[in-house]
Amino acid sequence: MQFMLLFSRQGKLRLQKWYVPLSDKEKKKITRELVQTVLARKPKMCSFLEWRDLKIVYKRYASLYFCCAIEDQDNELITLEIIHRYVELLDKYFGSVCELDIIFNFEKAYFILDEFLLGGEVQETSKKNVLKAIEQADLLQEVRYFPRCVTPFSF
Amino acid sequence: MPAPIRLRELIRTIRTARTQAEEREMIQKECAAIRSSFREEDNTYRCRNVAKLLYMHMLGYPAHFGQLECLKLIASQKFTDKRIGYLGAMLLLDERQDVHLLMTNCIKNDLNHSTQFVQGLALCTLGCMGSSEMCRDLAGEVEKLLKTSNSYLRKKAALCAVHVIRKVPELMEMFLPATKNLLNEKNHGVLHTSVVLLTEMCERSPDMLAHFRKNEKLVPQLVRILKNLIMSGYSPEHDVSGISDPFLQVRILRLLRILGRNDDDSSEAMNDILAQVATNTETSKNVGNAILYETVLTIMDIKSESGLRVLAINILGRFLLNNDKNIRYVALTSLLKTVQTDHNAVQRHRSTIVDCLKDLDVSIKRRAMELSFALVNGNNIRGMMKELLYFLDSCEPEFKADCASGIFLAAEKYAPSKRWHIDTIMRVLTTAGSYVRDDAVPNLIQLITNSVEMHAYTVQRLYKAILGDYSQQPLVQVAAWCIGEYGDLLVSGQCEEEEPIQVTEDEVLDILESVLISNMSTSVTRGYALTAIMKLSTRFTCTVNRIKKVVSIYGSSIDVELQQRAVEYNALFKKYDHMRSALLERMPVMEKVTTNGPTEIVQTNGETEPAPLETKPPPSGPQPTSQANDLLDLLGGNDITPVIPTAPTSKPSSAGGELLDLLGDINLTGAPAAAPAPASVPQISQPPFLLDGLSSQPLFNDIAAGIPSITAYSKNGLKIEFTFERSNTNPSVTVITIQASNSTELDMTDFVFQAAVPKTFQLQLLSPSSSIVPAFNTGTITQVIKVLNPQKQQLRMRIKLTYNHKGSAMQDLAEVNNFPPQSWQ
Repeated sequence: MQFMLLFSRQGKLRLQKWYVPLSDKEKKKITRELVQTVLARKPKMCSFLEWRDLKIVYKRYASLYFCCAIEDQDNELITLEIIHRYVELLDKYFGSVCELDIIFNFEKAYFILDEFLLGGEVQETSKKNVLKAIEQADLLQEVRYFPRCVTPFSF
Repeated sequence: MPAPIRLRELIRTIRTARTQAEEREMIQKECAAIRSSFREEDNTYRCRNVAKLLYMHMLGYPAHFGQLECLKLIASQKFTDKRIGYLGAMLLLDERQDVHLLMTNCIKNDLNHSTQFVQGLALCTLGCMGSSEMCRDLAGEVEKLLKTSNSYLRKKAALCAVHVIRKVPELMEMFLPATKNLLNEKNHGVLHTSVVLLTEMCERSPDMLAHFRKNEKLVPQLVRILKNLIMSGYSPEHDVSGISDPFLQVRILRLLRILGRNDDDSSEAMNDILAQVATNTETSKNVGNAILYETVLTIMDIKSESGLRVLAINILGRFLLNNDKNIRYVALTSLLKTVQTDHNAVQRHRSTIVDCLKDLDVSIKRRAMELSFALVNGNNIRGMMKELLYFLDSCEPEFKADCASGIFLAAEKYAPSKRWHIDTIMRVLTTAGSYVRDDAVPNLIQLITNSVEMHAYTVQRLYKAILGDYSQQPLVQVAAWCIGEYGDLLVSGQCEEEEPIQVTEDEVLDILESVLISNMSTSVTRGYALTAIMKLSTRFTCTVNRIKKVVSIYGSSIDVELQQRAVEYNALFKKYDHMRSALLERMPVMEKVTTNGPTEIVQTNGETEPAPLETKPPPSGPQPTSQANDLLDLLGGNDITPVIPTAPTSKPSSAGGELLDLLGDINLTGAPAAAPAPASVPQISQPPFLLDGLSSQPLFNDIAAGIPSITAYSKNGLKIEFTFERSNTNPSVTVITIQASNSTELDMTDFVFQAAVPKTFQLQLLSPSSSIVPAFNTGTITQVIKVLNPQKQQLRMRIKLTYNHKGSAMQDLAEVNNFPPQSWQ
């Protein structure tokens, strides 16, 4: 996978994960063009499209579009499953996830993604294991190295 | 200094902004606060500030001033700091910036941290965005972690290794030992990432591939794992809709593909498991189909037995009928890949594929179109073309150009009859006339020219097509060309294929003039129209004056192209009227060089430009007839392409038809100056020569000194001498002046000198001084020949002489081989 984008129906970016090195300018350009292209698709159309020399796989969940760019030899159908798995993980973590959860907790969405994919490839195929890892890492955040603060840490 | 506002607070605030300007103001205010906080080196809230910065960055605002802060967070001891720090690094830093190298040491330390989650962060960051330098520095650490027993770290290390190998392929070797027991793991995460790592290694290095095949016996191991996945019962941890770990299954199938490619033994070893997966996988959900898809790709790519291949194609055939669009799309894509190798199998699904042309989805339509073209053959051409033409009619504009090109290609290859071919072309031109590619026009014109018996039918149909609508440029161009060429057939109502229409010369000129005037016509189209009108001056009888008028008007056109043409045509009418009929005569059949892709038109009559643009055939467009072939043959058979006698000689209404008999009986119009120049030469010079130098004066003033002259022919009292001149400026050009003298006691009248040269040469004959060679050597006929010899080959020439002498017609052929070397070297 080269990158994954999450954006709303209004074209607002909610998450961007890039697995290829590109300049900020290039990323912005790609994002803008791709968002436009995907939003222009009609609901009955298939989830795949050719864009530049990449294969784009996208799926809409409620108000959010999940959009991945994969390479020629990657399997489009399993990519749909990857997207679905990520949504399931978010759903389990947040409890019936909605767009607002991802807006207000974007950093957590990234942490979850980084336990599921690494370098554009799936690193863990067990839903349970991904969620367990996130849980345990979250616990680490609660641990305070400075004995002075009593209140639980939050941003 | 109050504590900086919390992240969620900021997000909430920004979302209340009602305008872009309001949002920008809030952001700027917060950025200023964050900046001063950074300056104060506040450790407590750095994490919070960077998190806020990352949010603003996602909204599209600049955040580069936070880059160094990310590094500080990464270096911190707090896990929260590290988490945000690494996230920030992945979002804000990229390998182009030198700053990122500062991370290397931190990552190295964190790779060896006591907490696995910290190690995990480091591996993740390195695996996502590590530059080549970082990878080189840290590869050793990654390799170490690849051997750990901690599966949480091992799986991450494997994918990190994949990234390292992608960035620095030379490092692949160092990971080899660590891969030894990777597949013995029970942990699916490790298994999956190991398979990805092995795939990457095998794809990149043939040596690795061979090693894994033979030494590690990878195939049996993978087959075993796959079998366990399929056969084992329900495993809640990895189950997706009743299938056990589809992600792992798909990756294993992909690795098997690479191992089995071009290798009989490996392919055989995996045969059974592939058949098993293909037949047992549940197809009701996408996940099952994903596995089947991968299986089909593998079967088609390895050396599988034919039964398995048929099974695979049938799976694709079933996919085509699936309700799910995505499945249909994937099926079409796969079939496109296999259509070359398993053509017959794919043909069986042709009707389903053709149905997909009517799908609503653009991607599916495109695939179906490409596949349809791949399936067209001599047997199904009629049926397929019907569907494709219908598709052309109704498809989106983005397809029309490709579809039109595809139809032309297919029609050219498999047309069952000329009439069908012309009809198909007509249909495309009228349906999608403005989407046809520019290069299609000359190809079509050549096609039409060569379909000799269809000329009347073609011009009639084209005429009718543009009568109503002349906005589609390619259609109008082809039509204009044809009308100019075959207008005489049009008005004489000679069509046999369908009911001939009644059209007058004036009506034809009306439509051509409308094209000329119309705003929709491009400059190129206008050029076609004007030339067509000009050509009709020799084909029409009643309207020559009208044509003259039109041509003279455009002599002052603003369009330079049109102006030039008009001026030259005017000149034809005025000064060179005697040449007009010869210049504008019917185009000969053209020989094609290739039938694949864009065809190069190579005319045996030596024209250098494709016919449509060069609409005034240089002086000798005509093809030699079989009588004259002997002239050309004897000059060296290999040089000269076989020449096809032209049918137009059978059409009496063609004004210049007789001139096509190059060296046969030439119907001299009687005017001494008329005949020789046009009809003499099968090889024609470049256009620049065309209308210049029509006087007999030598054009070269710089004469290369002293080339000896030769007697080219001497027989029956007729002697022909050649004298030579070379140009210093253009060493490829030789000018030969012939002098014909008659030593007999009677004049030779109606004397015509003709010459032919091998293909690599080009020849231009200028007008002779007269057509009578007076008796007793009292005078000579002089004539200038210009020879272009770019390849500096030895000059050879065959000449033919015709004249009347002592009351009988004389004719002789001779070869001239005694050219002095200085005349051509």
